[in-house]
Amino acid sequence: MDFNFTPQQTQFREELREFLRVEVPPEKQEVFGLLTEEQYQFGREINLKLAELNWLTIGWPEEHGGGGKGPIEQGILAEDLGYWHVPKAGSIGLGIVGPAIMVFGTQDQKDRYLKPIARGEVEYCQGFSEPNVGSDLASLELRAERDGDEYVLNGSKMFTSYAFHADYMYLLARTDPQAQKHRGISMFIVDLKTQGISLTPLPYINGEMAAQTNFDNVRLPLSCLIGEENRGWYHAMTTLDYERSGLFRYANVRRVFDDFAEFCQGPAPDGGQPLAEHPLVRHQLAQRRLGMETWKLLCWNVAWMQSSGAVPNSEASVAFLYGSEERLRFAEMAMEVLGPYSTLRHGSPVAPLQGNIEGIHRESMHLHGAGTTEIHRNIIAQRGLGMPR
Amino acid sequence: MDFSLTEQQEILRSSAREFLEAECPTSLVRAVEESEDGYAPDLWRKMAGLGWLGISLPEQYGGTGGSLTDQTVLFEEIGRALTPGPLLISSVLAAQIVLNAGSDTQKANLIPGLVSGDVILTLARGDRLETASNDGGLTLSGESSFVPYAGIANHIICVTRPAIGAWPDTTLALVDTKTNGVSMTAMDSIANYSQFLVEFDDVSIPNEAVLGEVAEGRSALDLAVRRATVIQCAETLGRAQRVLEMVVEYAGHRVAFGRPIGTFQAVQHRCADLRVAVDGGRMLTYQAAWKLDQGLPANDEVSFAKAQAGTLSRLATETGHSIFAGISFTTEHDMQLYSARAKIAEANLGDTEYHLDQLATGMQP
Repeated sequence: MDFNFTPQQTQFREELREFLRVEVPPEKQEVFGLLTEEQYQFGREINLKLAELNWLTIGWPEEHGGGGKGPIEQGILAEDLGYWHVPKAGSIGLGIVGPAIMVFGTQDQKDRYLKPIARGEVEYCQGFSEPNVGSDLASLELRAERDGDEYVLNGSKMFTSYAFHADYMYLLARTDPQAQKHRGISMFIVDLKTQGISLTPLPYINGEMAAQTNFDNVRLPLSCLIGEENRGWYHAMTTLDYERSGLFRYANVRRVFDDFAEFCQGPAPDGGQPLAEHPLVRHQLAQRRLGMETWKLLCWNVAWMQSSGAVPNSEASVAFLYGSEERLRFAEMAMEVLGPYSTLRHGSPVAPLQGNIEGIHRESMHLHGAGTTEIHRNIIAQRGLGMPR
Repeated sequence: MDFSLTEQQEILRSSAREFLEAECPTSLVRAVEESEDGYAPDLWRKMAGLGWLGISLPEQYGGTGGSLTDQTVLFEEIGRALTPGPLLISSVLAAQIVLNAGSDTQKANLIPGLVSGDVILTLARGDRLETASNDGGLTLSGESSFVPYAGIANHIICVTRPAIGAWPDTTLALVDTKTNGVSMTAMDSIANYSQFLVEFDDVSIPNEAVLGEVAEGRSALDLAVRRATVIQCAETLGRAQRVLEMVVEYAGHRVAFGRPIGTFQAVQHRCADLRVAVDGGRMLTYQAAWKLDQGLPANDEVSFAKAQAGTLSRLATETGHSIFAGISFTTEHDMQLYSARAKIAEANLGDTEYHLDQLATGMQP
């Protein structure tokens, strides 16, 4: 057992923190529930700077434009960016598409796609869910029909985060409607400028503008297929197991928790005694402090497994499920403690913590990322504990 | 960063599991529950023979010189098997107090016996144990409840304070249980857990029976308590892991509505929740052990582990009894053995509320 970073890792963390102190002053840090265009663009600028330092993909192999280190360094990066509330950009490409191409891509695809991701120049979105398909993802209906040297896509993707910023979509489509549902799916990378693609805006409650992405006879060259035709489901499940430490999300919330705990030590918003002097508040703060610690360790467990060459699967679901629920517990607790002040948004007079509590409460309704909490429980029970289907 | 066990620790784990499966079946656990002494002398001697009682005690006193992390690995297995006896109180808590507070002579006199199992020590921490100076040392008076295994202990380490004094400094006094003026009454407890109300009536404490210096026992006691708390978390973790395995196994066979109940999501999700808590408990417990092994401050980490162990215990109890259902309400089923011990552990060495309070104090500026 060793809960320490190596001296090199510690040094990297220190250099990274120095970078963040200089480059990300408090006024540039993201407020929960208030993702402005300016903030998003700032996140992309930071990515470019991180890429120049060869930190953005510090865990990737050098041949693909990475830093040649591993998942622990990538975890340090995620944790610190999250804690500094650096607006998130590029995460789908960095976390999912890049690793998928490294494993399943052809040499041409690696040459074409990986370096731009590592340089922080491109944005990806993900096309998994559909209007009629969520948890039972393998029932997806978007058709990709082979027509000579092309695939022709028809159908819709739903809940496309980053759709309005993305250059490419990484998606799953049905290539064999006759096969069993898991065995007729293929994985593609689609240039969103391709003719026939349209976006229907879908505003989220956390301030993000997502979309429904519609495909009307969208023609793709065969080179857009990633991996084997009709093996896309299995490719996608494998790549979902990468980059799932969830450290960014943990640290993003942890920062608000720390700020909130400090806030509770000062005079109450109504000028009264510090909230933390109230025994019930004191107790709840301690409970959530324990929850945050547990969440952190479960995330690092995933990163460590990856660094040791193991494939975290149910462990990633453990961390993700715990995190989703802990975030909600914290948000509910903070709302309760602040009473009517908790409803004040960023910009309102006397809004505590810049409205971050109101924002994180909305964000915490996001209980479905990478699978609903029920799906994660199914994965833990069936894959982790071997319970029967 | 490395959350794996060493090869030696893996061997320790598997050999301990194998040994306890053979030597400590639940039939023995039940027999000990019915016994007067609350422990199994044969098993005790065998565990001593394996070096378990001295696993983290220095080699110069007959111990193995292992780390707290090694001991954590071992006690996960000890907890898992519901191993009866004064392991935690004598071989961990009391032994660590002697090690931290005792003079070289006291250590040389006491620790080898603790390691061999011939000496059993326990601890009295009641807040009404008062000492007064006399010519040759101290006189101890008062009483303490919840003294584990006092009936079989050779000595009791008494945590005492001066009867008159500005500040309640802690003096650790070693009292032979056969001394005049010591009397004890068994406290009838859950699962017949062995604990006593011990009364001390003007008991003479010669100077050489004071562990370390008069009025200077606090830090040695605190460190020992921290280590013992981690070890108790390891026991809780081992039990909860076993309950999880038991319910998953049962749910795989037990048929209702024409299919194994393990296929129902209502059952799966309970098991998944317990798995999440077990994983969290493991990380928190090993983090605390590792920190103490590094000699780093670990107050928060110990409190994280113990506060979580309480909730883990409750969840294991609830999950076990709800999935085993009716049969687990019978004494013949083993589940009740786990839930009783979960409660003993939860209340011992500071419960969840106590440790949350410690954490809250640590958060103050």
